[in-house]
Amino acid sequence: MAAASAPFIEFDAFTKSFDAVTAVSEMSFELERGEFLAIVGPSGCGKSTLLMALAGLTQPSTGQVRVQGEPVLKPYTDLGFVFQGAELLPWRTALQNVLLQSEIRRAPKQESERRARELLGQVGLDGFEDSYPDELSGGMKQRVALCRALLHDPEILVMDEPFGALDALTRDQIQIDLQRMWMERRKTVVFVTHSIDEAVFLADRVLVFSPRPARIAAEFRVPLERPRHLSARTGPEFTRLVGEIRGVFETLGVLREERK
Amino acid sequence: MSGTTQSKQAQSKHARRTGRGAAPANPPASGGGAAPARRPSGAKRFLESRLADWVLPLVLVAIIVAVWQAVCASGAVEEYVLPAPGDVLGKMFGDFGTFADQSVPTIVAIFVGFALAVVVALPIAVAMVYSAIVRRAIYPLLIIAQVVPKVAIAPLFIIWFGFGQLPKVLMVALICFFPVVIDSLVGFRAARPESLMLVRSMGASRWQAFWKVRWPWALPSIFAGVKVGITLAVVGAVVAEFVGADKGLGVLLITARGDMDSLTVFASIAWLTVIGFVLFVAVEALERILLPGKRGGRSHEASGSL
Repeated sequence: MAAASAPFIEFDAFTKSFDAVTAVSEMSFELERGEFLAIVGPSGCGKSTLLMALAGLTQPSTGQVRVQGEPVLKPYTDLGFVFQGAELLPWRTALQNVLLQSEIRRAPKQESERRARELLGQVGLDGFEDSYPDELSGGMKQRVALCRALLHDPEILVMDEPFGALDALTRDQIQIDLQRMWMERRKTVVFVTHSIDEAVFLADRVLVFSPRPARIAAEFRVPLERPRHLSARTGPEFTRLVGEIRGVFETLGVLREERK
Repeated sequence: MSGTTQSKQAQSKHARRTGRGAAPANPPASGGGAAPARRPSGAKRFLESRLADWVLPLVLVAIIVAVWQAVCASGAVEEYVLPAPGDVLGKMFGDFGTFADQSVPTIVAIFVGFALAVVVALPIAVAMVYSAIVRRAIYPLLIIAQVVPKVAIAPLFIIWFGFGQLPKVLMVALICFFPVVIDSLVGFRAARPESLMLVRSMGASRWQAFWKVRWPWALPSIFAGVKVGITLAVVGAVVAEFVGADKGLGVLLITARGDMDSLTVFASIAWLTVIGFVLFVAVEALERILLPGKRGGRSHEASGSL
């Protein structure tokens, strides 16, 4: 075991190159256990690469990713992954999709099913357990994906632009639900998003990434009290933070008023 | 403002449901005209029902047979050129014993050859998916094997294996191997990388990833290949029997041709068709059992008839 002082998750000079392209360069940051971290950055800046490295699905070109002091060298399974598309298997019902998690892990069937039904109920999907993905709306599919990621009660929840494809209303609701579920469980969350509002609304801390090769351009703590309500978005603290983050993107040249 | 849009939307939805174009919203009391909730007409309901799947083709077949019968009855063609459908049917069942007897070796060859093709094709497709070396080594051979006219190989099989069942079985296997292996290969590669990433993040073994993701994802494609394969299997068996065999429907057919016995030729063709059709339907039934889940649903309906 590593020293007790080691941070829960640690990216240490993490660099990832694909052929000639450097996606992420010398990235270092840490996460505490139970922290909700949001990462915002322009498209194609290597945010997804970072998540995959944390899940152990890809290995760094140089540097390390460590969880509890141990380098991640193979798929790290005490983790739930939510992808941008819900990635439900079309031949499985909502319940069966959630249970994929326990089937792969060979967890006890009855207990898993009870938990899966409970989770689906918590995200407002009771009555839809036996629906196939094609019969569910985008928001419902993403809720099923969230349940699947939480079924085994993982320490880490990794979310890659999970609500990017949802309409604004659905997105608001699912953010509130996610916050509630997070407050009940206090898992460590790494949440990648394009939306500054979403990052500030959900996270304890926001990392702002530069365009490729990604580095950390700025870091913000979000001191807003929880549970945060939708009305918080019009509050002065919220608007100030969002404005500052937008400012960072303007300095980076990611956002500009006029095209030259 | 938003109120008007909403009510307009509600109105047009209502109009669509009742199938009454742009008619203004009827005040409920003004009735007298159409029934309040018009159901789709009888013809439309029939066309959308599953019954129509059976009735429509049967009607078409009945028309074709009627024309055929009429042509024969008119005496425009000699009986040895085109026997009447009634006579063919009579022959099919009148000589049922003979046909049944001759069908057995043909059906056995189809079954064994087809099973052999599937049993060899699936592992090869799997090996090609998982190993680039195997893929690169085998793929060109597959193409060449497919381009070689298999009918031309049939005489060779007779020389090697005689007039028994073995050359037939091999012919059937050879002819339906290609569509099964190619479609399986496509199927096994159709799995979304994200789905594989997902199960990998759950700690799935290769074995689990195959059975939970790759296999179910490949099934529709495999069945596409198997359906083409099963129809070709009948062709393979008959071709092998034409070239040389001691028994079988193909032998019966080619012998009857020698005797100018058109009735037997037609009846043999009809029985072969029945066998092919039954096998195809059996494969489709198997597909329905093995592919649960609704692949129709919302988006299917929304994409309409495009």
